[in-house]
Amino acid sequence: MAQGFTRTEMLPAMPPPVSESGTLKWLRENLFSGWLNSTLTAAATLFIAFVAWNSFPWFWHSVWNAGSLNECRQIVTASAGEGATGACWAFLRPWWGAFIFGHQYPVDERWRPVLAFGLLFAALAPVLFAGQKRNLTIILAVVAAFLVLTLYLASAPSLAFALAILGVLALLALAQVQPGKLLWFTLAFPALCFWLLWGGSIWTPIVAVAGFGVLYLVFRLASPVIGLAPAAGAGFVAAVLWWMFVDAPVADALQSAIPIQLLWIASDKFGGFLLSIVIGVTGITFSLPLGILLALGRQSDMPIVKMLCVIFIETIRGVPLITLLFVAAFVLGFFLPPQANFDLLLRVLILVTFFAAAYLAEVLRGALAALPRGQYEAADALGLDYWRAQRLVILPQALKISIPGIVSTFIGLFKDTTLVVIVALYEPLKGITHLVRQDINWKGIYWEPYIFVGAIFFIFCFSMSRYSKYLEDKLKTDHR
Amino acid sequence: MAMAAEAPKDSFRLSMLIFDTRYRSYTIQAVVLGLFVLAIIWLGYNVDRNLDARGKELSFAFLWQRAGYDIPQTLIPYTNDNVHFRALLVGLTNTLAVAICGCILATILGVFIGVLRLSKNWLVSRLMTVYVEVFRNVPLLLWVLLSYVILTETMPQPRDFRVTDEMLAAGEAPAASMTLFDTVAITNRGTNVPAPLLERGLGTIDLGFMSVNLTFLAIVLVIAGSVLAHRFIRAQATAIQEATGVRPVTWWKSLLVLFAPIIALLAALGLHWEVPELKGFNFQGGILVAHAFTALLLALSLYTAAFIAEIVRGGIQAINRGQSEAAFALGLRPSRTMSLVILPQALRVIIPPLISQFLNLTKNTSLGVAISYSDLSGTLGGITRNQTGREIECVFLMMAIYLSISLTISMVMNWYNRSVQLKAR
Repeated sequence: MAQGFTRTEMLPAMPPPVSESGTLKWLRENLFSGWLNSTLTAAATLFIAFVAWNSFPWFWHSVWNAGSLNECRQIVTASAGEGATGACWAFLRPWWGAFIFGHQYPVDERWRPVLAFGLLFAALAPVLFAGQKRNLTIILAVVAAFLVLTLYLASAPSLAFALAILGVLALLALAQVQPGKLLWFTLAFPALCFWLLWGGSIWTPIVAVAGFGVLYLVFRLASPVIGLAPAAGAGFVAAVLWWMFVDAPVADALQSAIPIQLLWIASDKFGGFLLSIVIGVTGITFSLPLGILLALGRQSDMPIVKMLCVIFIETIRGVPLITLLFVAAFVLGFFLPPQANFDLLLRVLILVTFFAAAYLAEVLRGALAALPRGQYEAADALGLDYWRAQRLVILPQALKISIPGIVSTFIGLFKDTTLVVIVALYEPLKGITHLVRQDINWKGIYWEPYIFVGAIFFIFCFSMSRYSKYLEDKLKTDHR
Repeated sequence: MAMAAEAPKDSFRLSMLIFDTRYRSYTIQAVVLGLFVLAIIWLGYNVDRNLDARGKELSFAFLWQRAGYDIPQTLIPYTNDNVHFRALLVGLTNTLAVAICGCILATILGVFIGVLRLSKNWLVSRLMTVYVEVFRNVPLLLWVLLSYVILTETMPQPRDFRVTDEMLAAGEAPAASMTLFDTVAITNRGTNVPAPLLERGLGTIDLGFMSVNLTFLAIVLVIAGSVLAHRFIRAQATAIQEATGVRPVTWWKSLLVLFAPIIALLAALGLHWEVPELKGFNFQGGILVAHAFTALLLALSLYTAAFIAEIVRGGIQAINRGQSEAAFALGLRPSRTMSLVILPQALRVIIPPLISQFLNLTKNTSLGVAISYSDLSGTLGGITRNQTGREIECVFLMMAIYLSISLTISMVMNWYNRSVQLKAR
């Protein structure tokens, strides 16, 4: 019997078949796994090729420097031959300022919106990255760099330039020492932003903000004597009295004593993305507290409060924003005292705030309903009163889970700011683009301005949705 | 067991209205109600003073005055001699037309894209992701304006369609030609589509307060009868299946019952199509669909489809993998797994957000005002308001109509939603 041959060492492993490894495997699994899949791949490839074939030469022959659309076309024909198409971005040279600030905003004052825009991020940072020293430092440093560059480009007066940079550097220093204190800047920002954008005497916003100081003071002094709720009411009354009777004379007196002012710019000079951002940011800022109150009112077990909140929320959510803008433009004036002089932008801002508040209230209602019943019961068991329970237990959790909803409401609101063109405000999409298309030099242009404005909106909205995704992942504390 | 003592009634003091939580809510509600009433009175007082200052008073009588303006596209008969109320109805029908067509188109497109986005095909799913992100993150107004501008500025003029004798002799083709087998002409003025015409219509009868189109009535009745008959056939098949265990083949009966009567009716009425023709400087015959309608419909469907696609994708992904694994374990084919196991469960997740998308689409039809589409906000909120100067009445009437449309849609859809939700036992 022959001795069987026994191998004593292991054979090296064979490489996998070509079709089961590397690119080929990926292609086979992801693109050609069956006849249906192969057909889809072929159709998608054809579609992409078609789009690229038609749009690529157009982008490739882009003209950035020309005086009119005809000149653009001549340049394209000269460089790419008869019948070639090319994009004409040259309209941006005379019009980019109108797209960003509006065509009526004084050119010499453009540094003010730029500064306000930069400081907006400095004000947002303490909210977005509460207590994270590293992120705060990065954001503030970026804001400082942005302001140095853009204020120089916008040729800001040297005093404003120096003050702005010093201010941001002071914030940066504060972030190193006491990052929590930065929230005070956030609270002061609305008044500062108002003053930068509209101008006028600096004392107007300061004295108006002092009204809140009066509210707080009266509340603090009165609450040990008459209890929390009456003290809040008394503070509110005192603040209203301050605004009605004390505000204007004090502001005038201070202005004549220490005159500090910027050129007053009326609301109807605002336009372009400045207008969109002002409406969007103001709307979301003021609608957040209002939306929280509405959501709590809707959850409340007091039938009258609940009914009023439900009627408000459902009415606003049931009508298109355009009808609310009609209300702002044509009807709201009837409901205000005849001597009240609210300009159009302010009326639009009021209605946009109501609109966003109703949607936010609905988002928050979902979040409040999603909280486990035990959270409410635990807060009650600890003996917390209603407002403490909401502030310490319920709202932090509800706001956290409603972040995606809040951000998508904001994205929707930001996109909807384009609708203010219906009431003759110069937003970028129709207002300014229409002006470009009426310009004798650029008559007949349509793809380029729409692509330009659309791209800017896309960048804003897309980055916001990514940020909300990041935040959602970061705040997720359950382990699923 | 000792009963809890009743709250002592005799010891009620006034301060308990503030400090006792049992009574405090009454105080708060009274204060809120009082403030609300005061606010209403204040607003009403202001309106009164403002109206006095302008020499106006609130009245809806203007609705029965002659409108005096033309509306380019009307679904119900309208001339500028009709009253403003009629113009309002025209606007309302135009709004509803775009909303209904848009909801249907957006749903079809959205489901298609949502399913493709889940496809294992890398290229296709990426392409659909790009579609969804691009359409969701750019304002709807841009899509409306862009589609309108493309339709009105890049489409050929009617005279480009003309074929002259010289061109025939030289063998040249005209600069533009009609699409879809020479039946549809898209010009810069609008889309000309064939119109259905009846040779032997049944006419109308006048009931005094309104006239009834008998042809329309007959068609509706026949379709309703067909649907009822179809239901009857299915019910019978189910009864037989339950009795014998074998389901009889019914698809040909259903097809016959559903389509034969309506085809027969239309043939009897003499249905034919009037194809648009170039006569003089413009197309004659057929129906001219305004570009404002087409652009608005296109933009609304494409935009809303992106949102619906996300909802569909989320709904399908929300179904536990175990469900499809269990279905495979039972030996169901992939297509039946989808239709019998995944979709019925996914629908429950999909429908509530889908309803709010339909509502959004309906509200967004008001964007038509940006491209002068004569919808509700174009007629009532636009020209009628402008001509009569009745801002308060027009704007609030318009809001009331939109609100009732929204409430109706959400009521109907919620009713449907309840019928597909899980019945908790």
